[in-house]
Amino acid sequence: MTEIGLGHYLTLGAIIFSIGIIGIFLNRKNIIVILMSIELILLAVNINLVSFSIFLGDLSGQIFTLFILTVAAAEAAIGLAIIVVYFRNSGTIRVEEIDKLKG
Amino acid sequence: MIAHSIFFYFFSVVAIISAIMVTASKNTVHSVFFLILDFISISCLFIMIGAEFLGMIMLIVYVGAVAVLFLFVVMMLNVAQQKNQWFLSESSSKHIPIGIIISIVIFFELIIVIGGWKYKPELLNSNNFNTLSEITNTHSLGQILYTDYIHVFQISGMILLIAMIGAIVLTFRQREGVKKQSYIKQISRERSEGVEVLEVSSQKGVKVDD
Repeated sequence: MTEIGLGHYLTLGAIIFSIGIIGIFLNRKNIIVILMSIELILLAVNINLVSFSIFLGDLSGQIFTLFILTVAAAEAAIGLAIIVVYFRNSGTIRVEEIDKLKG
Repeated sequence: MIAHSIFFYFFSVVAIISAIMVTASKNTVHSVFFLILDFISISCLFIMIGAEFLGMIMLIVYVGAVAVLFLFVVMMLNVAQQKNQWFLSESSSKHIPIGIIISIVIFFELIIVIGGWKYKPELLNSNNFNTLSEITNTHSLGQILYTDYIHVFQISGMILLIAMIGAIVLTFRQREGVKKQSYIKQISRERSEGVEVLEVSSQKGVKVDD
């Protein structure tokens, strides 16, 4: 209880990861919240990498967290640009009304 | 040590509650604000655990750039009118049990993996490596990043460049009816088409512009 170890951080990462997956499945409002859930999932991965890196004494985990940060920023920029273009063309970003591909 | 655990539980509870509010909030602007709160508390955890550089970078990149980008897009797209309605129809609410079951299964799989993880004892004993050494976290990260991982570092720079070009290309549009300056037209203008010599007959004048 008092001693915070690696397991506590990994459990926190698992909880945030699961909340992100719930957010992807349950969200029917607009697609921006799905992008935010993806950011939550990447955050959980970052927590796991940093806690392993600290508790096992290897700095490579923090380096890879840096690269995940880069990719997350690029993904957010591209995804939001696609959302803006889609909203300009079709006038809606509700998840249920995006069915042009009939998937 | 007791302060460490108190701060850990405080920040993790804040992070979990704000993560729940990101997915459950009806207003998208509130979701973005809870996402910012989540990133701030996680970066406080990172600073507390000893990864100061990553905590600060998380603050700069996520709170300063990504969350503000989300906020701009949410305000630009006028999605606040959809905030009152959770589901468009009854048929979509059948996604709820499937999503909850899948995420609970994934959560317990992760918990099983964490519980069954066996550490080497000599790995766990070396956990205070950065308190013993003289150099700071930022210094040691830089020593690794610019030597061993230099190619990956440059590739991540290329990824950012491609993302920037892609975002500009996607959202760029040429609008009709907007007066714009065209440099190529200005530069390629010749004297022969700019100046015209006319024979003006007296008492009649000439029509200058048509």
